[in-house]
Amino acid sequence: MNMIKRFKVSFSKVFKKLFKKKGACIGIYGPPNAGKTTLSNRILRDWVGGEETMGSVSHIAHETRHAKRRNEVTIETNGHTISLDIVDTPGLATKIDFHDFMEQGMSDSESKKRSKEATEGVIEAVKWLDDLDGVILVMDATENPYTQVNVTVIGNMEARNLPLLIVANKVDLPDADPGVIKEAFPQHPMVPVSALEGVGMDSFYEALAKQFG
Amino acid sequence: MQGIQLDLISEARISQMASMEKVRYIIDEVRKGKILVLEKGLNPMEEAKLIEMTMSAIQPDVFSGIEMQSYPANTDVSLLGKLFKKQSNKRLTVIGPANQLKTLKKDRNLISALVSAGK
Repeated sequence: MNMIKRFKVSFSKVFKKLFKKKGACIGIYGPPNAGKTTLSNRILRDWVGGEETMGSVSHIAHETRHAKRRNEVTIETNGHTISLDIVDTPGLATKIDFHDFMEQGMSDSESKKRSKEATEGVIEAVKWLDDLDGVILVMDATENPYTQVNVTVIGNMEARNLPLLIVANKVDLPDADPGVIKEAFPQHPMVPVSALEGVGMDSFYEALAKQFG
Repeated sequence: MQGIQLDLISEARISQMASMEKVRYIIDEVRKGKILVLEKGLNPMEEAKLIEMTMSAIQPDVFSGIEMQSYPANTDVSLLGKLFKKQSNKRLTVIGPANQLKTLKKDRNLISALVSAGK
């Protein structure tokens, strides 16, 4: 990004802060099966209550195939209150092979349908990158963090000069090593959580308020 | 002679192209079965565009997508570096058909890939 464009982005951020634009729009990104929808559901459970969820979860990749936006989620932490619009996005991927879904027990037609919808979901997720005020990047703490999806999302936020919070998810699993994620991307804040078990969520909300409040 | 074509593309060649031209060129070449190594990789926005356009090109049993790998950007964490943040400089990008290129290992400074003749 050139100097003029960066100045425009910075000015726009200062302007928004001065006039307190309501509900910064934050996208939840990551590769398939990293736990984005589980985290989104956990946020809604903690701050919206009731039965509302962002979407269903499954062990089969690309369960979320359409972005879902929830406006004005109000989070209170450490005496601060922030209101965010949260977008749960489909998992980003560079390849989608319907045979992978068949291996999970889906029929040929079901697999092809999911594959088609998943490709549309990835396109939708990429388009959302242009309309966000920041990103929560969910990584699976049991896997190598140097995936192209992670590198691309982080690069996009850095080039746009927008805030990013990395969530090292699945710390309840024995193979989890959030330290590897911190080491890989030391320039961004990282919080270890288990969205499924609700571990580390207080630290997550504090980091969320600090980064996007 | 049977084989896999590996194109090593210089920075000079790729930087002559506009962003969309680069992305279209890459998809066209990869769909022909070529593995591309770009001396200077794509910028993050171009990578996102490449992912988006790859998804539009996926067809069952014909093209299942790409394997793309680039190094994370070098980050200047000094005060001056933060103030005058430069465009991320990708050092190298490897792109190929998903059924022929498989990443074995990747870290901050190394990409190890396996190239096969495909399915």
